[in-house]
Amino acid sequence: MFFSQTQIVLTGTLLLGIVAGMVGTFAVLRRRALAGDVVAHSALPGLCLAFLAFQSRSIIVLLSGALLSGLLGAVTVSLLKRFTRLRDDAVQGIVLSVFYGGGIALTRSIQNTHRNDPGADLESFIIGQAATMLKGDVLQIAAVAAVTATIVVMLFKELKLLSFDEQFCQVQGWSAMGLDILLMLLTAVTVVVGLPAVGVVLTAALLIIPPAAARFWSDRLSRMMMIACAIGGVSGVTGTLLSARYDGLPTGPLIVLTSTAIFVLSWIFAPHRGLLWRSREVTDLEMYLPWVESGDTVPPASGPHVSAQEVS
Amino acid sequence: MTASAKNKTLTIFDIHDMTVAYDRRPVLWNIDLTLRNPGLVAIVGPNGAGKSTMIRAAMGLVPMVSGAVSAWGSPIASQLARIGYVPQRGSVDWDFPISVFETVLMGTYGSLGWFRRPGRVQRDLTMQCLERVGMQDYAQRQIGQLSGGQQQRVFLARALAQQAELYFMDEPMAGVDAATERIVFELLQSLSEEGRTIVVVHHDLRTVPEYFDEVVLLNVRIVASGPVDTTFTSANLQATYGGRLSILDTMAEAVQKQKETE
Repeated sequence: MFFSQTQIVLTGTLLLGIVAGMVGTFAVLRRRALAGDVVAHSALPGLCLAFLAFQSRSIIVLLSGALLSGLLGAVTVSLLKRFTRLRDDAVQGIVLSVFYGGGIALTRSIQNTHRNDPGADLESFIIGQAATMLKGDVLQIAAVAAVTATIVVMLFKELKLLSFDEQFCQVQGWSAMGLDILLMLLTAVTVVVGLPAVGVVLTAALLIIPPAAARFWSDRLSRMMMIACAIGGVSGVTGTLLSARYDGLPTGPLIVLTSTAIFVLSWIFAPHRGLLWRSREVTDLEMYLPWVESGDTVPPASGPHVSAQEVS
Repeated sequence: MTASAKNKTLTIFDIHDMTVAYDRRPVLWNIDLTLRNPGLVAIVGPNGAGKSTMIRAAMGLVPMVSGAVSAWGSPIASQLARIGYVPQRGSVDWDFPISVFETVLMGTYGSLGWFRRPGRVQRDLTMQCLERVGMQDYAQRQIGQLSGGQQQRVFLARALAQQAELYFMDEPMAGVDAATERIVFELLQSLSEEGRTIVVVHHDLRTVPEYFDEVVLLNVRIVASGPVDTTFTSANLQATYGGRLSILDTMAEAVQKQKETE
């Protein structure tokens, strides 16, 4: 079968958006949103070292290196947290920038020493280059998406419990640590397969923004996750189409901007949790004023509207 | 020996030589505690005495420096299916996208095991547990839309759904309204009448003699433990709280009065 380059890229970014929305939902709800960012930034030096060690630009080699150093970054975070008493955000900031700094230095030195080798341009991984995505890259993303979706569906009950109440999860005899590591692995693998398209700087946005937007639309985890996947997928496709339409604009940033636009719209217009809806609630609250001023300890049982009528 | 006679000789719950430290500062020191009789057990003590830490360490949520915890004669890790837990209300994110019903349903997950999804049996049980705490009408609400007392009742319903024989509850009466407090105590009493053991971290000394069978007075070490009648004395309370609380005098009077009327 033949696909046009745009179709290949579209499939890739669509699947990437979906799988990132899926694992990102857990990351955001567990307040681990930045963990994905740490993995992404920490992946860069590993990617470079893999290139140097194997002198190969094969995507499997590069991404294996990226995954290893990304996980090393995540492990470093938990070790530093345990042994320095620093807070989460400080530790993540340190690890993320140190690994990233090392990675940038390596990409430059590789470029300098491999002047005549166009394949040595690893800087494309910094903000990504979706337009050059190959069928093999898309198959990789598809494989990761399939495995992740299977695991999430099969362990949905366990992952939900872990995300909501880790202690209760543990007290019921589940291995909270095992599930935690599993989620971390799924996140890391998703981030790493997203690197060629979106780059180390922006991959975390794919994990965070769609679930954050989806939260406005639902009070149920399963539905929130499906909405996050949809927003991720739509952002991937829209970003890709925009970047194809306006030549020269990179895909990754456009995907992130699209999902951010969806986030802002959700924030304003979503029922119940959106800005407009909440401003209406504030006017409703004003109807409680007569009760507040009267000093009664029991609020009017039949709701604000009735009480307002009674007062008038 | 018949099964019931054998059960009587078994201890329900035992902590041996437990020491717990945060940053090398001991918060619990050489705790030895044995519960032999089913019933309601209160753990009381001043702030920072390690009350919550004790039950959390017993269930393996906090690492111990030393010690061993067993239930029904076996290491507690192997008995978790028979143990229920009500954590402090502040320990979860109440903005989490989950309904009251789904939260209580989580109590049945332990008996389901890996991969299996809750079915009709678990759903019916969940509804019964919600009815038992008077929260059935709120089943489809998102948990953040409840008052503090209602949230506490949801946690209790979830523990009921665990169908445990031994319960640990961390301040289930903290910051709840009078109606919830009454419901909670009635529930604890009916659980106790069913032959279960409920260990409650408790902050309100006044209600201890009224509701509990046994009391554990804790301040880093165990000051005293045993039946409320013989253990909940002013001397023991002084030793636990260091005689700083003015409430102790009133407590002493109350205890005295109760003794006189008996």
